[in-house]
Amino acid sequence: MSSNKTTLNTEQIRKDFPILNRKIHGKQLVYLDNAATSQKPRQVIEAIDDYYKNHNANIHRSIHTLGEEATEKYEEAHEKTAEFINADSYQNIIFTKNTTESLNLLAYSLTSKLKKGDEIVISQMEHHSNFVPWQQLAKQRDLKLKFIKINEEGLLDADSINENITKKTKIVSVTHVSNVLGTINPVKDIAKITHENNALMIADGAQSAPHMPIDVKNIDVDFYAFSGHKMLGPTGIGVLYGKRELLEEMNPFLYGGEMIREVKFDDTKFNDLPWKFEAGTMNIAEGIGLSAAIDYLNNIGMEQIQKRDNELIDYAVKRLKEIKDLTIYGPEERGAVVSFNLKSIHAHDVSQILDSEGIAIRAGHHCCMPLMSVLKVPATARASFYLYNTEKEIDKLISALHKVKKMFGD
Amino acid sequence: MDGIDSIYREQILDHYKNPRNFGKIMNATVHHHEYNPLCGDELEVYLLIDDDKNVADVKIHGKGCAISQASASMLTEKVKGKNIEEIKKMAKEDILEMLGIPLSPVRLKCALLSLDTFKNAIVIFEKYIKEPGVKGER
Ligand SMILES: Cc1ncc(COP(=O)(O)O)c(C=O)c1O
Repeated sequence: MSSNKTTLNTEQIRKDFPILNRKIHGKQLVYLDNAATSQKPRQVIEAIDDYYKNHNANIHRSIHTLGEEATEKYEEAHEKTAEFINADSYQNIIFTKNTTESLNLLAYSLTSKLKKGDEIVISQMEHHSNFVPWQQLAKQRDLKLKFIKINEEGLLDADSINENITKKTKIVSVTHVSNVLGTINPVKDIAKITHENNALMIADGAQSAPHMPIDVKNIDVDFYAFSGHKMLGPTGIGVLYGKRELLEEMNPFLYGGEMIREVKFDDTKFNDLPWKFEAGTMNIAEGIGLSAAIDYLNNIGMEQIQKRDNELIDYAVKRLKEIKDLTIYGPEERGAVVSFNLKSIHAHDVSQILDSEGIAIRAGHHCCMPLMSVLKVPATARASFYLYNTEKEIDKLISALHKVKKMFGD
Repeated sequence: MDGIDSIYREQILDHYKNPRNFGKIMNATVHHHEYNPLCGDELEVYLLIDDDKNVADVKIHGKGCAISQASASMLTEKVKGKNIEEIKKMAKEDILEMLGIPLSPVRLKCALLSLDTFKNAIVIFEKYIKEPGVKGER
């Protein structure tokens, strides 16, 4: 068995991230906004650079060397992504531009087959990208949208899960890890209940895929969505995993080039998986960048990364609790995210003062306005961590928060 | 003085902590409420407008970030006694000058909530209320 302490070498890792040398207002950057987007290692930046300098061509359609090289690299990216989350094959992996697009694809395609009055279940803690698509399609198609409640601790309420998921339910979509509370939801258990009711289970993996080993077969979700940019990859590349038989049945979301097998004047045969869902020229360089990000993460090991995240978040929460009048939201056991408020000082003021110390955190509603209304706050400040962060950076955050308190007069 | 101390300079923090003209006017000529859902900043303004269309009294009530609330407080001092025509002419530049601090585009929205609320109160007055003076309790 491995020991509890991580073997991961933060000093070494930090050298791979050029941006960490940035000075902000004359101070060393302390980047604690990883839940919004992660920074990129030079290995990812170089992979994209190398692609454009040496291999750039359109994929699948070109019978020339560059075209073949580009196609090979792009397909390899699907294979690596499949392995990364333990999917059966590259055919289960659809590239999109981000989690939001993956979830919209599902919302449009899956609800097209539902009948009036069918029910969709999400939770109160969903990001707008796993909220608004369902809300809007439910309206358009006369479906019923229901919400699993959260309890005082910030966990999904077990009774509410059982009450909401019933024989009328067709789709359940919940976030794996909350981007505000850090709550790690029991998606495997929810998937079981969902399947007992013959419904489809979707997990929003935007905040879990970057931070823990994911095994889609073990958690047995039907679909899993995540973004490359939150896991060291570039922007513009997202992933939708789906079970094969379900993807086969589904209608494409976008129509056009590349997603077809044969087009006649009166009908079209769609391409094989996953290309049936990848219409038009895709973000090839970004797919290759994601591939490099997955290599980087695999080299360190997702178990190690998860352990390191836990060390950082435990230390951060412990130190935050030392500050008088600071409220922390969310459960004790959490992902690498912590939301808080400092007395009645608005999170924007907190964030702006931290910025003057070179510290980047997030302040606002974090694209979770319904959750904010449940928490009864207009906004929170949020610090989120990743493998290159250090305890020393957390100490800087704490000192800066003391400075905020002092400026606001206590 | 480094950047941050200039944004949160003493005067701003003072207006935030001790807002001027804070409260309500029960029989105000016009009462208007604005909300910025993106930040959660809120502001209510009560204006008592006299026969010459001057602001005889003003009160505000609200909550939000220091910039939004300080800006509202400072604005009450500026508009008191002024003719509504003058208030209608006020622009972003006047608020920036009043605050005397550099603001990023995001924070500019916070600073301008007060002016928007005051100006919209006057629009409501001119369009719907029309008659100056005290109104029934509200
Ligand atoms: C839980 C969760 N879901 C979805 C998203 C949306 O991700 P993207 O903006 O990459 O589509 C985010 C990103 O903030 C998130 O945290």
